[in-house]
Amino acid sequence: MEFFKIRRTIPFMRHALIFNVISLITFLAAVFFLVHSGLNYSIEFTGGTLIEVGYQDAAKVDAIRQALEKAGYKAEAQNFGSSREVLIRMHLEANQSSSDVAQKVMGVLKQQDASAELRRVEFVGPQVGRELVDLGLVALLVTAVGIVCYLWLRFEWRFGISGIIANLHDVVIILGFFAFFQWEFSLPVLAAVLAVLGYSVNESVVVFDRVRENFRKMRKASTPEVIDSAITGVISRTIITHGCTQMMVTTMLIFGGQALHYFALALTIGICFGIYSSVLVASPLVMWLGARREQYIKPARKGPRDEHEGAVV
Amino acid sequence: MNRFPTWKYALIALAIAAAFLYTLPNFFGESPAVQVASGKSTVRMDASAVTRIEQALQAANLHATGLVVDQTGVRVRFADTDTQLRAKDAIDRALNPDPKDPGFSVALNLLSASPNWLGAIHALPMYLGLDLRGGVHFLLQVDTAAAITKRVENLAADLRTQLRDKNIRHGGIAREAQTVRIRFRDAATREQARAYILQNIPDLNVVERDDGQNLLLVCTVKPEFQKRVMETALQQNIQTLHKRVNELGVAEPVIQQQGADRIVVQLPGVQDTSRAKEILGRTATLEVRLVDEEAMRTGQTFGDDVFPERRRDGTLGQVPVKKQVSVTGDQFIGASATFDQDQRPAVAVELDDAGGRIMRQVTRENVKHLMAIILFEKGKGEAISVATIQSEFGSRFQITGAFTPNETRDLSLLIRAGSLAAPMEIIEERTVGPSLGRDNISKGFHATLWGFTAIVVFMSIYYLVFGLISSLALAVNLLLLIALLSLLQATLTLPGIAAIALTLGMAIDSNVLINERIREELRGGATPQAAIAAGYERAWNTIFDSNVTTFIVGLSLLMVPGAVRGFAVVHCLGIMTSMFSAVLVSRALVNLTYGHRRRVASLAIGNTTWK
Repeated sequence: MEFFKIRRTIPFMRHALIFNVISLITFLAAVFFLVHSGLNYSIEFTGGTLIEVGYQDAAKVDAIRQALEKAGYKAEAQNFGSSREVLIRMHLEANQSSSDVAQKVMGVLKQQDASAELRRVEFVGPQVGRELVDLGLVALLVTAVGIVCYLWLRFEWRFGISGIIANLHDVVIILGFFAFFQWEFSLPVLAAVLAVLGYSVNESVVVFDRVRENFRKMRKASTPEVIDSAITGVISRTIITHGCTQMMVTTMLIFGGQALHYFALALTIGICFGIYSSVLVASPLVMWLGARREQYIKPARKGPRDEHEGAVV
Repeated sequence: MNRFPTWKYALIALAIAAAFLYTLPNFFGESPAVQVASGKSTVRMDASAVTRIEQALQAANLHATGLVVDQTGVRVRFADTDTQLRAKDAIDRALNPDPKDPGFSVALNLLSASPNWLGAIHALPMYLGLDLRGGVHFLLQVDTAAAITKRVENLAADLRTQLRDKNIRHGGIAREAQTVRIRFRDAATREQARAYILQNIPDLNVVERDDGQNLLLVCTVKPEFQKRVMETALQQNIQTLHKRVNELGVAEPVIQQQGADRIVVQLPGVQDTSRAKEILGRTATLEVRLVDEEAMRTGQTFGDDVFPERRRDGTLGQVPVKKQVSVTGDQFIGASATFDQDQRPAVAVELDDAGGRIMRQVTRENVKHLMAIILFEKGKGEAISVATIQSEFGSRFQITGAFTPNETRDLSLLIRAGSLAAPMEIIEERTVGPSLGRDNISKGFHATLWGFTAIVVFMSIYYLVFGLISSLALAVNLLLLIALLSLLQATLTLPGIAAIALTLGMAIDSNVLINERIREELRGGATPQAAIAAGYERAWNTIFDSNVTTFIVGLSLLMVPGAVRGFAVVHCLGIMTSMFSAVLVSRALVNLTYGHRRRVASLAIGNTTWK
């Protein structure tokens, strides 16, 4: 079986400008939503209390909300996963100890419906949340610097810069989605976002590797031609690999339940934009930063090869 | 060219066999068990305790399916939960005849049901995090500044006595935050004091200053000293927490330092958070101080602390005591309930060497004066005993007061369990019910299983034999990863399971790269054997580069605690195992399939004849 029988080199670079304009627009939209609505941070970042309660029958969320309000709690209650599970979220209030709150809330709920069962409590103090935001940003920075340095060493600085721009653009777009839909941004989502960063860099590396190889092989070709042939060469594996990863992520979306829902969602967006950005954003950037053959040809190479060897696809 | 030397095949086979062995315990499930550990520092888990456990089980006619003795204590395995519950009661009765003062902690637990020989080679099931097995997680912030302030206060008091002893006259010593200011009337005395401090109290930095009226010496503690105080405070709090958790009877508690000033406490299986919190957060500590008798007479309590006092006749009084603390709770090393010579309930206590020395000095200098013992609980102090010092005494003495025998027992327990060197605050708390934990495991398992199946089906259809080989390599990857997680006993959380799934999804990338390269070589006109060799060789560079970049991300993720770290650990391990399985294992399989044939007409990797 074979999905892609590509006989000619596809002229991706001819449309490079269009692709870059598209990503610029998406990127700006994402930034706009991030600034305008901001991320819907989970309790882990903002501090507060989260209580998950399980019921025997379908839970009456409205009744729960009212009961809590009457008891004097400012709380959000919503169904979580199934109709029998309710998630109660409370923001941090001064001089309130965590277990007291959870205990008292459970008391109120048990009075209302004896089948209420405490499934999970999470309390996060304010200092922890702030630290997490800082640590997350530091992790992002370290990742970015580490990747640029590695690509610089292994390839050349142009690749490092283009790779990281293309992939940070993925990260911003994922965050933009989370801001637009106001999906909950939790720690697992942070992990997913950073994993996507690695994943799309991985993808860019595969393309770059081919670009470098083709620069060495195709002596007479121009830079756009080299990049076109490189992308054409790897496009089949790109789609298949991402398809496989997406299969895994899709099963996570289906079977993973609420706890992994946003994690899998972030990955899905990341994978889709990852393909796009490494193929159609990173490569034009490399081109515009002025990559040329001379930069990749080591003076002492063993016997000359047929210059058209790599172009036959 | 597509043959490995025999040793390479053997090595790969060995790695897979070892991985299989260490993955095995995960399949056996768990059986109910009772865990017995020492509940006090004075009680040791020894052979006699084990015999007592065995006798108790025999007497109750309960049959144990296994008994393991290790550093943490004794674990006894049973066939079913019913036997387990009865056995727990029987063992508890036999080992702790006095339920008010238990010497051993007896807790219910789950033990791996794998055969004993697996345990002998340290093959254990994966260590599940609290989100998978249920339990309580606390993150405590230690107020190290308070610990340092307390030590500076002690230093100031020391200075006072020492300068007096040396006859160096000063105009007052005061502590401000973490500095000590000493006032002097003339420069010569100040110089004398400065020389003395520099020589005798190495923990202090001394600066001379003038505030217009007085000559001052400003002493600040050195950073090393602060660091030392912080470290010991943290260590002592951890030890104290250990003792308290033992009281709760939790199997396999985790109490660890996190960062410079935080402590993580994880209690698997505990559902009653409020009780756990009450016991962990108890901040009882004792202080021995001198009573300000002049203030008692004049009623001028300026510069003293005033505490309520419970008198023998049942009335409540107020007692002014000096701010200087002679002995603190962390210097008590033993306490037991006893009776004094008049048969009144009392607590016999023992101090450590330093404490004993101070006590001897203080009592020698203050014979016939009043001394108070103050109990601080939940931030409030109470003078539990005010007595006249009859004669000089040292590290062993009795505390008498308006006690009942029960109170002396509680008090001695409290003193023994140790005080906290610095106050703590809960800044993060997480409780996961056991049903949610089971749900999470099954969800994570199903997501991985179906994702894996989908990939195997797709690869086998798309790349035929090479797809099958890739799938086998992927299975080996999973096996290696689980074996590694079991071997390292790294904590597996739900994000960790997600990382397993994602790693598998990403690991197949290497095989896709290889297979695509082989196809390309075939299309380019290479012979089958040459195509295999070239495909693996050319793909290797790319595989290496892309895995290194992913690994960089994994490493930086390790910095973020909590769910992210649980993800990152598995992610990093998975990248390493995938390099091995995708490149070496799949190559070995390809070599075994094609490399040893004399002639290979074509490779079953899909149609590559189109042009």
